[in-house]
Amino acid sequence: MTDTSLHRRLPDRLDTPLKSAVLSWETLLVLVAIGIFIANSIASPYFLNAWSLSDMTFNFTEKALIALAMALVIITGEIDLSVASIIALASTLMGLVLNQFGAPTPVLVLVGIFTGLACGAFNGWLVTGLKLPSIVVTIGTMSLFRGIAFIILGDQSYGGYPRDFAWFGQGYVWWVISFELVLFLVAAVIFYVLLHHTNFGRRVFAIGNNATAAQFSGVRVDRIKFVLFCLTGLMSGITAVLLTARLGSTRPSIAQGFELDVITMVVLGGVSILGGAGSIIGVVLAALIIGLVTFGLGLLNVPGIVMTIFTGTLLIIVIALPILWNMWKARRA
Amino acid sequence: MNRLLKTREIWLALAILAVIVLVTFRFPRFSQPANLLTIFNDTSILMMLALGQMAVILTRSIDLSMASNLALTGMIVAMVNAAFPMIPIPLLILGCILVGAALGAFNGILVWKLDIPSIVVTLGTLTIFRGLVFVISGGAWVNAAQMSPAFIQLQRGSFLGLPILSYFAIAVAILVYILMTRTPQGRAFYAIGVNPTAAVYTGIDVGRTKFLAFVLSGAISGLAGYLWISRYVIASVEVASGYELTIIAACVIGGVSIAGGIGTVAGALLGALFLGVVNNALPVIGVSPFWQMAISGAAILIAVILNARGESRKGRVILRRAEGVA
Repeated sequence: MTDTSLHRRLPDRLDTPLKSAVLSWETLLVLVAIGIFIANSIASPYFLNAWSLSDMTFNFTEKALIALAMALVIITGEIDLSVASIIALASTLMGLVLNQFGAPTPVLVLVGIFTGLACGAFNGWLVTGLKLPSIVVTIGTMSLFRGIAFIILGDQSYGGYPRDFAWFGQGYVWWVISFELVLFLVAAVIFYVLLHHTNFGRRVFAIGNNATAAQFSGVRVDRIKFVLFCLTGLMSGITAVLLTARLGSTRPSIAQGFELDVITMVVLGGVSILGGAGSIIGVVLAALIIGLVTFGLGLLNVPGIVMTIFTGTLLIIVIALPILWNMWKARRA
Repeated sequence: MNRLLKTREIWLALAILAVIVLVTFRFPRFSQPANLLTIFNDTSILMMLALGQMAVILTRSIDLSMASNLALTGMIVAMVNAAFPMIPIPLLILGCILVGAALGAFNGILVWKLDIPSIVVTLGTLTIFRGLVFVISGGAWVNAAQMSPAFIQLQRGSFLGLPILSYFAIAVAILVYILMTRTPQGRAFYAIGVNPTAAVYTGIDVGRTKFLAFVLSGAISGLAGYLWISRYVIASVEVASGYELTIIAACVIGGVSIAGGIGTVAGALLGALFLGVVNNALPVIGVSPFWQMAISGAAILIAVILNARGESRKGRVILRRAEGVA
C-alpha cells in the first residue's frame, strides 16, 4: 500500500486496553445502524416486516462474504481489487461448462469455487512470488480476468441454469431465512475465530503492523499473504455461485464495481487501510449498515446512483468523526 | 543511475515502435503520419489525466476520483453551455479547471487536515462525485443538439495540421514537466514520495504538498471534463465510468512507482500512448474488441514485473548536481 512510513500511526488499539478500544469503534457502528434502522421504519411503512428485512439481507450478503476475506488481506497491508473480475470469470466458466457439457449443479458449484481459488492463487503468486505491489497486480488481473470473460462470452450471455442451482441464490433455509444469509453468518463466525482466536490471525495482525519484524520473529509472511489471496479468491468464487444463481444468467459485465463496495465495507468496518488493525465484527456491522442504507433508500424510491452518494459520504464521515473528535479533545486538553 | 532511469522510457518507446511496426507489416496505412496523429489525438485526454495521477502517486497517495471528477465537471459545463450558449468557451474552460481543482482540493483537504488515507478519501468522493452527476442532471443526457457549435468545434479545429485537442495535451505536458523538473514544488513531490520523514526534516510540509498534488490532479480532471464531453458530444452519468483504473494503469505502465517518489513526465506520457497504440492497433489487425481488456491487463502485469526490477534500488537522487559539487 501507499501512505506508509510517516503516516503509519501505531493503531490506537495497542496502547489502550484492547477491549474498550474495539468496543468504541463497533459501538459507533451499532449506533449508526440503529439510527438508520429507526429512520427506515419511520420513513416507510413497508420496512418493518419479516419479508422486507429478509429482502434487505440480499443487498449485502454477497459483497459481505468477500469483505470478510478482504478484511484479512487489508489488515496485512495488501489489497485485492480483482474480486469482481474473479466473480465474472468464475460465473462465465460455470456458464461455459453448463452450456457446452450440460454439467450438473454440483459440478457448476465446484467450477465456480475452483476458478475463484485459482484466480486468488495467481494473485497471491504475483504478489508474494514476484514481490509486486498488490494494488497494481490486482488492477492488472482485474482487467485480465474480466477480459477473459469477455473473450469467452463476447456480447452473449449464458442462461438456462438448472432449478436446483437457483436455490443457492434464491432459496430459504427456514421460513424467511435465506441460504445466502445463513452462509454469510457461518462464514462470519469462521472468519471471526480465524482472525481473533488463532495464531494465524495473530500473525495476520503482526504482518500488518510490521512485516519486517514479523518476518524476523518467524512468521512466514509470504505464505500467509499467499493464503489470504487464495481466500479472497475462494470467497469470490463462492459469491460467483450465489450471484449467478440469484440472477439466473451470466454476462461478462456481472458484478461490475463490486470491488469498491467491498473495500468500502471493510474500511467502514474500522479496518485500517494501512494495515495492522481491524475486526470482523466491525466488517459485519458495516455490511449491515450498507444493506440498511441501500434498502431504506430503495423503499423511498431513491435511484441507485444517488445511493452511492450516501455510502460515499457515510464512509468519509464515519472515518473522519473519530479523527475530528480526537483533534477537538487534543485542542481542549 | 541516469542511464537506468532513461532506459525504462526508451524500452517503452521501443515497445510502442514494435507494435506500430508489427501492425504496419499487415496494414501499411497504420504507420502513416495522419493515422499516428489520430492515435496521438485519441490518447490526449488519457495522457493529461495520467500526468495528474502521476503527481498524486509520486507523493505516495492515489486519486481514484479522477474519472468521477471528469464526469461531474463535464456535466456541469455541458449544462451551463446548454443553458447559456453565449458564454465564451475560454471562460467555460477556465470554469472547468476551477471546478475540477475545487473538487481535487476537497480530496486534498481531507488527506491533509484529517490525515485520512487517500485511497479511502477518493473511494468516497468517487461515488459522491458520480452520484452528484445524476443529481444535477436528473439522469438526463445533454446531447450534441443542446451544445453550442463553438463548444463542440473548438478542439476539432486544427493548427499546423494537429487538432487543438492535441495542443491541450502538449500544453499540460509542458507545464507539468516544468513543474516537476524546474520548481521547488516539483522536487517536493518527489522528496516526500522517496522519504517523507527526510522531507519533513528539510522543511517540506508533507500534508500541504499532497494537497497541492490533489489540486493539480483535480484541475486536470476538470479540463479533461470539458475536452471529453465536447469530443464525444454526450454528457451523461456514465461518462468515463471505470476510467480511474485506466489512468492508473497508464502511470504504472509508464514506470511510475505506486510506492511513490519514482516517475517521469515522459514515462507517464509513453504509458498512456502505449495503451492508446494498442487499443488502436487491435481493431486494425482484426482482433475482436473483446480481447482489448485482457490484453491491457496482461500489458499492465508485464509492465509491473519489468518495473519491479528497476525499483529494487530505492528512491532517486533529486539534486544530482548539488551532490556532485559537495
